[in-house]
Amino acid sequence: MSNAVLRKTLLSIAVAGAATLAQADVNIGVAGPFTGANAAFGKQLWEGAKKAAEDINAAGGIDGEKINLIKADDACEPKQALSVANRLVDSDNVVAVVGHFCSSSSIPASNVYADAGVLMVNPASTSPILTDRGLPNVFRVCGRDDQQGDVAATYIVDTLKAKRVAIINDKTTYGKGLADAMKKTLNGYGVKEVMYEGLTRGEKDFNALVTKIRSVNADLVYFGGLHSEAGPLVRQLRDQGSKAIFMSGDGIVSDEFVTVAGGAKYANGVYMTFGANPTSYPAGKAVVKEFRDSGYEPEGYTLYAYTAMQVVADALGHEKLDPVKAAQWLHSHSVNTVMGKKTFDKKGDLTVSDYVMYKWDDKGKYHQLD
Amino acid sequence: MDIVLQQLVNGLTLGSVYGLIAIGYTMVYGIIGMINFAHGDVYMVSAYLTAIAIALLTFFGVQSFPFILIGTLIFTIIVTGAYGWVIERVAYRPLRNSSRLSVLISAIGMSLILQNYVQLSQGPNQQGVPTLLSGAIRFHVGDGFVQITYLKILILLIAFAGMGVLTYIIQKTKLGRMCRATQQDRKMASILGIDTDKVISSVFVIGSSMAALAGVLVTLDYGSFDFYIGFIMGIKAFTAAVLGGIGSLPGAMLGGIILGLSESLFAGLISSDYKDVFSFSLLVLILIIRPSGLLGKPAVEKV
Repeated sequence: MSNAVLRKTLLSIAVAGAATLAQADVNIGVAGPFTGANAAFGKQLWEGAKKAAEDINAAGGIDGEKINLIKADDACEPKQALSVANRLVDSDNVVAVVGHFCSSSSIPASNVYADAGVLMVNPASTSPILTDRGLPNVFRVCGRDDQQGDVAATYIVDTLKAKRVAIINDKTTYGKGLADAMKKTLNGYGVKEVMYEGLTRGEKDFNALVTKIRSVNADLVYFGGLHSEAGPLVRQLRDQGSKAIFMSGDGIVSDEFVTVAGGAKYANGVYMTFGANPTSYPAGKAVVKEFRDSGYEPEGYTLYAYTAMQVVADALGHEKLDPVKAAQWLHSHSVNTVMGKKTFDKKGDLTVSDYVMYKWDDKGKYHQLD
Repeated sequence: MDIVLQQLVNGLTLGSVYGLIAIGYTMVYGIIGMINFAHGDVYMVSAYLTAIAIALLTFFGVQSFPFILIGTLIFTIIVTGAYGWVIERVAYRPLRNSSRLSVLISAIGMSLILQNYVQLSQGPNQQGVPTLLSGAIRFHVGDGFVQITYLKILILLIAFAGMGVLTYIIQKTKLGRMCRATQQDRKMASILGIDTDKVISSVFVIGSSMAALAGVLVTLDYGSFDFYIGFIMGIKAFTAAVLGGIGSLPGAMLGGIILGLSESLFAGLISSDYKDVFSFSLLVLILIIRPSGLLGKPAVEKV
């Protein structure tokens, strides 16, 4: 056999191989921060999505085809999110994406998916802008910051009865969006914040800001941002002798918050809004048990990612893997998931939000408050 | 009043850390005229080394804080110094006679290598060290109070001691004389029998040791770090070095403290949203009035 013939033969085998692969699998992207400061959240998304895909595949796949997950790391950087979104669409030929994590990544990426007609089911981005632009392909299985801000503000006014509230945000789409939503509701109750300021993400020294919080005699600090900044902030508050209550949103729902804060001593007593305990739904009991048996605690957004994958699979299964039709289908049907029955409105938001208040204890764990 | 005092304390501790790291930039610039962009990442490596040293020491049963502190400082300074030496050897010495641009690119490459190496070997997550020394002193001023943690006091003491020792080395010892001679005229120094390559290596080791000092102190104080902390810290320390006059040792310390104080006071009294804008405007202003920085010597073109 001459070299040329050999090469041709090998090539045709390779092409045939690729073709069978493409026929047998349906590619679904999982996008999130798998590296960088928010990698803990990326891991939650991946574990949840991976388990869901395994379970769905074990039950026969979507419309008889197996799910092939493609990991896409955006590091919570908007620019990187755009490039991985393009990669997923152009070279990985995904029909759907579970992701991204940070709102500032999800929003630009959603445009790419909309142009390509790819279904996007978001497990974690809570910025209202994500769905407010009316893209037909975008859904999320978590709440919105305005709903989250409402819950926080109501709790501050009704239960904690705080009078002097300082609002801090990290100047990102998520952090500022959440802080603004909280502020709006708070002002609606007739409470005017004593301070509203931003900090820079990636820094660790917030002592100057903390001294300022002390100087306005705040009795509650509300922070819109992620645990990488919330940790040092709460620690430096305590180190400077402030006893102000610290409250934040779902950006700190990770055990890493305790590490970053310097131990349970500092995280103790911190309030946080998050969806009602995702592991408490009767429909998810079996999956939660399997996670725990395998030695992984499904904390934070793990089950949200599982749910998002279920939504993707159900919709694609009903519309013969056509993502555009699947999106239309989702607007008018509800899906049974491990987090209960999920119904979407015209924008792609959940019709029922499930935010409740949590509190961190002195052992570094968080508990849902009644 | 108490608030202004507290802000001064905040600014002074932050500034002394900037100063320690700025020393690395300024000494390297002074001696070979290059900006060592990997220096911020050397500081980041030292934060990881701190955590490793603390873990090792507690594993071997060392419990008392002074011993842990001294052990951690020695370990971290030696290993970080070794990093500095290797970086110079691998990335800069082969380019000694190339254009400045090649060395600059090499430095940026080194910075990326260090970041990715730490990310891959230590994981991308936020890391933390346990709180070893808690407690604070509280001074009552008028109606309010100024609270300073013991760790902050330690930072100030050790940072200034480190700067003092370094000034002594440069001013009074033989190594210091060789450094100054090489800085003034490398070719002439080598003609007079100074091994300039060795001097340059030792400057890298000294700069890295100072970054290690800062790394240990900051890690103990903030308690958390990740592979990316070197970037912002590096930019700030570089700014401090330029502000004080790059190439000048007292300038780096002065620049660090001015930068720290201006950030703290502006964030505390006006707005933390624009503190970086203010710091960099200050830098621009100072460079307009004194183009070579506060204590820098004007560059005289040799003919």
